Amino acid sequence: MIIPKLAFRNLIGNGTKTWLNALVLSFSFVAIIWGQSLFEGMDKEMSKVTIDQEAGGGQYWAGAFDPFDPMTIDDAPKTIPAELAVETSSGRAAPILIVSGTIYPKGRMVPALLKGVDPDQAVLKLPFDRLRGAAGDIPGLIGARMAKNTGLSKGDTVTVRWRDASGTFDAADIEIVEIFQTQVQTVDVGQIWIPLKALQGMTGRTGKATIVTMPAGTAPRTYPEWSFQGHDVLLKDIKNFVQAKSVGFSIFYLTLMAMALLAIFNTQILSIWHRRREIGTLIALGMPRGRVIRLFTLEGTMLSLLAAAVGAVYGLPLLIYMAKHGWVLPAGQADSFGLALNQALYPAYSAGLVIVTILIVLAATTVVSFLPTRKIVTLKPTDALKGKWS
Amino acid sequence: MTRFSEIGIVSPVSRRVDRSKGNEDNMDMKELIRTVDLTKIYPSGEQPITALRDVNLVFTPGEFAGLVGPSGSGKTTLLNIVGSLDTPTSGSVEVLGGKIEKLSHKKAAELRNRHIGFIFQTFNLLPVYTVYENVEFPLLLLGMKAAARRKAVRDALAWVGLADREKSRPAQLSGGQSQRVAIARAVVKKPDLVLDDEPTANLDAENSHHILETMKAINRDLGTTFLFSTHDDKVIRHLRRKITLIDGRVAADETKTA
Repeated sequence: MIIPKLAFRNLIGNGTKTWLNALVLSFSFVAIIWGQSLFEGMDKEMSKVTIDQEAGGGQYWAGAFDPFDPMTIDDAPKTIPAELAVETSSGRAAPILIVSGTIYPKGRMVPALLKGVDPDQAVLKLPFDRLRGAAGDIPGLIGARMAKNTGLSKGDTVTVRWRDASGTFDAADIEIVEIFQTQVQTVDVGQIWIPLKALQGMTGRTGKATIVTMPAGTAPRTYPEWSFQGHDVLLKDIKNFVQAKSVGFSIFYLTLMAMALLAIFNTQILSIWHRRREIGTLIALGMPRGRVIRLFTLEGTMLSLLAAAVGAVYGLPLLIYMAKHGWVLPAGQADSFGLALNQALYPAYSAGLVIVTILIVLAATTVVSFLPTRKIVTLKPTDALKGKWS
Repeated sequence: MTRFSEIGIVSPVSRRVDRSKGNEDNMDMKELIRTVDLTKIYPSGEQPITALRDVNLVFTPGEFAGLVGPSGSGKTTLLNIVGSLDTPTSGSVEVLGGKIEKLSHKKAAELRNRHIGFIFQTFNLLPVYTVYENVEFPLLLLGMKAAARRKAVRDALAWVGLADREKSRPAQLSGGQSQRVAIARAVVKKPDLVLDDEPTANLDAENSHHILETMKAINRDLGTTFLFSTHDDKVIRHLRRKITLIDGRVAADETKTA
């Protein structure tokens, strides 16, 4: 126990120099924890809202449906398998029929996806119940971005044209009954939601759907002409985005950490240089070289523990504030990413993240502290006692 | 100043007798140090420097001896080799029965830790520690229990007359006080041998006198062997044995008769 005691005494005895180093290193702790938790928070938030409003617990895709290939859309719809139909009829699964069409808002021609959804479904958390039981024109629901792009408002009627199952063009008027707010752009931009039965009737695709969104905890099953897509596929863009951003940010905090480690390395080298007489004295007093090396290395490691404590003093209030108020992006920036990004990003802290960060910085500091101490092995105590460097 | 016999210090000579029961060395226990044809050569470009040549000396427990001679005569080199901080180029040095040239770094550290105290010209106190902590340091290395450590440190500080400065830091002490702390640190573990390298070189006459009186008292009361390296007349006057080194050779070895 003597080495930790001595290391602590030396560290505290160095006064301002120690505290300045600890402060610089603490920036790394706070920045890494804040940055990583921000990406964890983004990941969680985007995943949650996408699951709630689009992906559910997974989706069955009909035939060759590929959301990134418009040519597959009109040929994809298939009859909902009987087993799934039981689920959809009770609202426990959400069948969606997707047909490409064109809308004519205010005299303009805008391509749009017509999406038929069961107003009684209980899987997706969007206000589809507003499509229930409307009289007159076909009720339609659009997102705020679609409303902005097309100039449509609640209560407006817009003409829609589509091709039915046999390829014949047809048209009808749709009344916008609600404009909803959502972070998930893929349920908003370029699409108009109408009742499933109406769209099936309009296109001659009775009993058919393109997607069946399942509730959470669905075990994938196999149905002919349908394929199950789990979160690994449906949330892939989010994961890729977070990973790409996380890597970018890593460069920032690695630079920060490199600066802090360089400061420690430099301090250690200077410390060993300035304290060579002290090293000689320790050896003369009977401290084996190995223990001298351990002492100097531990001083560096303790510095990172001190930095963690210093970081906690100003970092905790900062991180708590960020968790409460979030990091608000400039207006319109959230949409520019094309993902379900909230206007305010809320970091998600976890004990694992904090512990792993502390361990990484601790390990890096220990290595950086140890490297210069190897010089002590070659130091002649007789020279060191005179303040010389052999 | 407190007399050491008054605070129950046992002479290291008597302690050595106890230790000899389990001591595997076969050196005559009346000999503390023996050098045989000791030679030390420092490589220095094409012209190596011979610091010591065929030095043959024997020191017994309780001596108050000094190596004197001009600068570069090999005094400090001999002290460093005896203190196991350096090794001979040829010849042999036995300290407490152990051959210095055969000791590993670890064993040499153990020898210094248990049996040898050092006093340096420049004091070499650990700057971030208090006086108390500086004196306590060798005992920490020995793994002594806290209560015994506390008593030993307080006793040692009492010997050197610094009981009231235990919380001071080295920077707050005068040269004389610093050297007294260094003495306390050297003798606190009651070593068999104290090596003093020019202990008064940075001190004025009055402080030098106090320091020497302190060391003589320790030598007298504890039986600790003191081996000095010095060219200070104030120190030389107090030596009971004076070994003169010239160009690394023993030029004279004189013992003062009582």
